[in-house]
Amino acid sequence: MGKEVNNIITQYDSDKKRLMDMLLDIQEEFNYIPNDAIDSLSEKLNLSKVHILETISFYHFLTLKNTGKYTIYLNDSVSAYMSGREEVEKAFEKETGIKFNTVSEDGLIGLFNTSCIGMSDQEPAALINNKVFTNLTTEKVKEIVQNIKDGKDTDDLMKAELGEGKNSDKLIKSMTKNNININKAILSDDYIPSSALMKIIKQERDEVINEIENAELRGRGGAGFPTDLKWKFTANTPEGKRYIFCNADEGEPGTFKDRVILTEKPELVFEGMAVCGYAINSDQGILYLRYEYKYLKKYLENVINKMKKRNLLGKTILGKEGFNFDIRIQLGGGAYVCGEETALLESAEGNRGEPRYKPPFPAIKGYLERPTVINNVETLSSVVKILNKGNYWFKKLGTEESRGTKLLSISGDCEKPGIYEIEWGITINKMLEMVGAKDVQAVQVGGPSGNCISPNQFDKQIRYSELGTGGSIVVIGKNRDLLKDVVMNYTNFFIEESCGSCVPCRNLTVIYRNTLQKIIDGKGVQTDLDNMLEWENVMKMNRCGLGQTAFNPIVTTLRNFPNLYESKLVEDSDIKQTFDISKAIQEYCNTTGRKPIIEE
Amino acid sequence: MKDKFKITIDGVELTANQGETILKVASDNGIYIPVLCAYEGLKPQASCRVCSVKVNGRTMTACTTTASPGMKIENDTPEINELRKIIVETMFVAGNHFCPTCEKSGDCELQALAYRLKMDVPRFPYSFSNKEIDASNPKLMIDHNRCIKCKRCARGIKTEDGKDLFAFKNRGDRILISIDKELAKNISDKKAQEAMDICPVGAILRKERGFINPIGTRKYDNNPIGNNIEKLKEI
Repeated sequence: MGKEVNNIITQYDSDKKRLMDMLLDIQEEFNYIPNDAIDSLSEKLNLSKVHILETISFYHFLTLKNTGKYTIYLNDSVSAYMSGREEVEKAFEKETGIKFNTVSEDGLIGLFNTSCIGMSDQEPAALINNKVFTNLTTEKVKEIVQNIKDGKDTDDLMKAELGEGKNSDKLIKSMTKNNININKAILSDDYIPSSALMKIIKQERDEVINEIENAELRGRGGAGFPTDLKWKFTANTPEGKRYIFCNADEGEPGTFKDRVILTEKPELVFEGMAVCGYAINSDQGILYLRYEYKYLKKYLENVINKMKKRNLLGKTILGKEGFNFDIRIQLGGGAYVCGEETALLESAEGNRGEPRYKPPFPAIKGYLERPTVINNVETLSSVVKILNKGNYWFKKLGTEESRGTKLLSISGDCEKPGIYEIEWGITINKMLEMVGAKDVQAVQVGGPSGNCISPNQFDKQIRYSELGTGGSIVVIGKNRDLLKDVVMNYTNFFIEESCGSCVPCRNLTVIYRNTLQKIIDGKGVQTDLDNMLEWENVMKMNRCGLGQTAFNPIVTTLRNFPNLYESKLVEDSDIKQTFDISKAIQEYCNTTGRKPIIEE
Repeated sequence: MKDKFKITIDGVELTANQGETILKVASDNGIYIPVLCAYEGLKPQASCRVCSVKVNGRTMTACTTTASPGMKIENDTPEINELRKIIVETMFVAGNHFCPTCEKSGDCELQALAYRLKMDVPRFPYSFSNKEIDASNPKLMIDHNRCIKCKRCARGIKTEDGKDLFAFKNRGDRILISIDKELAKNISDKKAQEAMDICPVGAILRKERGFINPIGTRKYDNNPIGNNIEKLKEI
């Protein structure tokens, strides 16, 4: 064992900042991280074991116990349950004879739950030894488990056609489907790799940034920060090493659009990174790929190599002196919070993915304390399209404050789930018509951290200032129990995925969950509802976007569906909902003529 | 004089030096902003959030925000103190804090802050969560019932060669502080005392030295938390 571990450590030059890569490789090799490996890491990297354990224990896919020769991670998101996960879950337990969160005695099979794996339009879905299995049914589970018992290769566990497009590429070979229903700009087929690079090498760096500024491009990850400003802040720092990160850690339950872009148009993303490299004078790009998309890693690395051969990446790109840009892929370890850009940097530096406090912003002090731009996959893709077609073309799309197009990942109760590239400004009504959704109770816009809206709000538009979204849309039909099936699931998701650093996020989210349970159980009182709205101000004191929105599943439904909550409250109960002391002693005061001294 | 400028905290005008945090400016001027995870000499962590203040209407942590000219800061207001109180109350219910039997009672910053914020009893139901006491180390005892995950130990206590003695384990509400069993075996008594002292609550205790200071003579027994800072103002 020692030899393999030492090789892994050496492969990363014994650089402690590459601890994540080492741990992921060790996990891959042994299906867990053995004690001896921790000893070796501790010795070679001069880190205490407790430090290494801090990193390991943070990530869902890094484990201290063997997860089985066949490790099954079944997605437990809302979309999965809507598509019949409960039956599949039972089937897995029945066929394997073990419960979830355990490994079979012979070490053959491990059964685990996992947060959204980016397959919401083809649920129920699971990762088995990092391979994606979609549209699972009880029959398919039977087949899979039998094949496992027969010792078959992971590739041969389930008979299924390969997905369309690049999903059938020999380096991917996945049954994953793209389900692209509408492609407008980003996913359109008129893209020729190198087109944007050819253009910009004749321009000054400032001109490139100006073009992005004129297009009024805003970040597509959800926050909507102007892309040109991020670039400018970084470009204006004193000379020296700068980094560009592409954030491919889409973990918001219900979103899967970055997966489709990376599958079908990876050149677009890498070219976007190179464009940014030119604009801000950086020679190193890093694609932070969520662990769930590990099945794309070899394919993406091959694309990078091909682009290098064509001199679209590498040294003296397209003959332009001084334009050097290389890209490597950094894999995550399974943590939603790492989609937050500073948590992502911590993770890439080998630490637990805890968001940093800001300022300093990454543009000034980012990866390895150097100025860093972090852009979403879709943002970087948009950059290339803007340079190709001009900012006027881009600005004609969308609305005045939300320019261009947006890729929506739509799942849930609708006929045609999948990817819809729409122009910003589309109403929810129009969107529902598009996806074939009837009898809709609610729409979750922007995932759990977003807003759950009711039918009387369906005339609202999807755009930054009205209904912003990073791309996740879940349609919830009238047959669903909104509180139990959706709100509770999302709240548990936030509890599971919180880094645990800020006190309100760590503690209060649990109190929110317990209060919601109390209401679902029919034991809630009006004060509970009032409290949950009041605590919102405490949650907003959290450091990062996860903490500041972890109450949204509850609070947005409480606002938009008050009846759902109120109808479950205790009626005619002896429980005093609020105790009003003035009222209680009023009769006494009237009789005696005394006045109470009551402290406010 | 170029690097000095004025800011106001609750309407009081103060002079700040370039590069100082709001917390530093306040403390130097006799204004108390409550803290739990911040500790003199340590890089701020901004995780307890009780030092939150409003800067020009926006909520920011005083321990990490650098003062800049003309800042209007709200600190000791009913609104902010109520938010702080809620945060402190969540800590009381998430752990198991039985002050009367705790060795740190009177020296405990969480307890003192609860008094200062006039907490009677937490408004939330207690979790009564099952937490362990780790007494495996020869010098120190870790009582997870009382840990508030401020990470002061992890940030402040290192081995002679700079390695971490303490770190987090897990994430979310399952987070625990953990001690490096091997490294901690050989720590000096002085280091063990430092670890106990840096802990704001009674989660890290030295063994075989219980109740050295009798109740009544402890740090906050007769001197509420924040008083030392506020006394500066009177001088």
